[in-house]
Amino acid sequence: MDKTVNQKAWFLVAPVFLVVAFSAVLPLMTVVNYSMQDTFGNNQFFWNGVGWFKELLDPSTDLGGRFLASLGRNLFFSLVILAIEVPLGIVVALSMPRQGWTVAACLVILALPLLIPWNVVGTIWQIFGRPDIGLLGYVLNAIGIDYNYVSNDIDAWVTVIVMDVWHWTSLVALLCYAGLKSIPEAYYQAAQIDGASRWAVFNAIQLPKMNRVLLIAVLLRFMDSFMIYTEPFVVTGGGPGNSTTFVSIELVKIALGQFDLGKAAALSLVYNLIILIVCWIFYTVMTNAGAERKVQAESEPAVDFKASAGLKPVPALKPKEGVA
Amino acid sequence: MHSIPGRRVIMALFLVFLLLPIYWLVNMSFKTNAEIVSTMTLWPHAPTLQHYKRIFTDESWYSGYINSLEYVVLNTIISISVALPAAYAFSRYRFLGDKHLFFWLLSNRMAPAAVYALPFFNLYSAIGLFDTPWAVALAHCIFNVPLAVWILEGFVSGVPREIDETAFLDGYSFPRFFIKILVPLIASGIGVAAFFCFMFSWVELLLARTLTSVQTKPIAAIMTRTVSAAGMDWGLLAAAGVLTIIPGALVIWFVRNYIASGFALGRV
Repeated sequence: MDKTVNQKAWFLVAPVFLVVAFSAVLPLMTVVNYSMQDTFGNNQFFWNGVGWFKELLDPSTDLGGRFLASLGRNLFFSLVILAIEVPLGIVVALSMPRQGWTVAACLVILALPLLIPWNVVGTIWQIFGRPDIGLLGYVLNAIGIDYNYVSNDIDAWVTVIVMDVWHWTSLVALLCYAGLKSIPEAYYQAAQIDGASRWAVFNAIQLPKMNRVLLIAVLLRFMDSFMIYTEPFVVTGGGPGNSTTFVSIELVKIALGQFDLGKAAALSLVYNLIILIVCWIFYTVMTNAGAERKVQAESEPAVDFKASAGLKPVPALKPKEGVA
Repeated sequence: MHSIPGRRVIMALFLVFLLLPIYWLVNMSFKTNAEIVSTMTLWPHAPTLQHYKRIFTDESWYSGYINSLEYVVLNTIISISVALPAAYAFSRYRFLGDKHLFFWLLSNRMAPAAVYALPFFNLYSAIGLFDTPWAVALAHCIFNVPLAVWILEGFVSGVPREIDETAFLDGYSFPRFFIKILVPLIASGIGVAAFFCFMFSWVELLLARTLTSVQTKPIAAIMTRTVSAAGMDWGLLAAAGVLTIIPGALVIWFVRNYIASGFALGRV
């Protein structure tokens, strides 16, 4: 389906452009402005050129050391939670009940952690993990594991990771479930006739069909875990020491804690740039996958029709209900 | 859909894992502080409603919920109403810079809130919106508008073009076509998009806390008050936490049939 060229479409896009420009471009200009200056208070600013950026990328300075350390921790954190959440999410999606009221019940419970305010997620785990009043901390200590996320680095890390798995695995699972639901029943029947094994069905039918949603899942999870702030802040406050201080926590410390505007702004820009690059890769891969799907769809139109019909199942079901 | 062996056990274990921490929070909210601190009990032995009573009778507490809901609803309305025409434009037309604009929008969804906290504070103070629900509602547009455009674009693309053409041949003007025909057709998509806007605005704390001080403090910021000289008021904190889960749970219940396709952003 080719789109028509119509420059008047800009009128339809203008409101979005204005709203987002107001909330994105203006503040970004402020950040760029600050990043080049130094201040000694009293609203007096001095030109500092690229000084802050030099310091930021040099691990021997205080600022650079803190930035690079938190960046390393954040990357490690993102990789660990992806390695756990993606396979677990797939398994959970494959375990979804097929029909009946249990489907709705499972969906609602799965979605529940996603709608809890982030600081409350932190509060829940803060309470749950405490050795004195929390079930998890109490049970672990009772069976002889010395667990205390306030004083032990490893325990703090484990708590933050388990919390993120608890909070976000559902997103991966729901995305995969949406992907699985779009597979026509005929595929499975064909596989059954061929005598395909369980693993072959997963490898040849389910995994390829989940490709696209898995891509969305991985990239959304990467982005969001890369800018995680509230949950670890509530649970560990970035501690013990600096062991769970991620980039956003470091940034807020510098910007709103020390009011070091220049350093914070420089950090913001570099941080934003990293995210922008990853986002660009995401966008390119997504649009390429879309183009591939289009080519594939043209070669087997019947399948694509079914997949897109899965989006609006209600009209397709109606005649059946009328007959019954 | 073909599932894996042992799926019932896996699903049950996972659901227990999800529900256990929430149960613990609910459990604590019904206990007295004395019971919380002194003994380890799996259910409240002396159930009390004192914490909930305090939240519902103390204005500084319940106003927090009203403040939060106020900016969340404002933000959802703004996001959906500006995103709808744009989604139609992106879905149907090619125009100068469309791809760049779409990428720019998307990149804002990914921008870390921490980067914007301070500049937003300056910006909204300068234009006199600081400490109003409008400030938070507009600030949350930075990630909700791109998301709404993205989801709605998927749903609009699901509507055949022939419907537009027939409507215009029948003499519908563009605004009339939009409201009378397109909006009802993608109603479920609008529901999903509104759900996502509600969700991300409801769970966000950093910007909401930075942009408010006295009048419009969100509930999340008020919850930090439970730390006092006498130690943590755990029961009250738990009760406040439970009450923040309820709006989300209600919203999920209403959109449960659309959750799956909505989470795939209308693109499966």
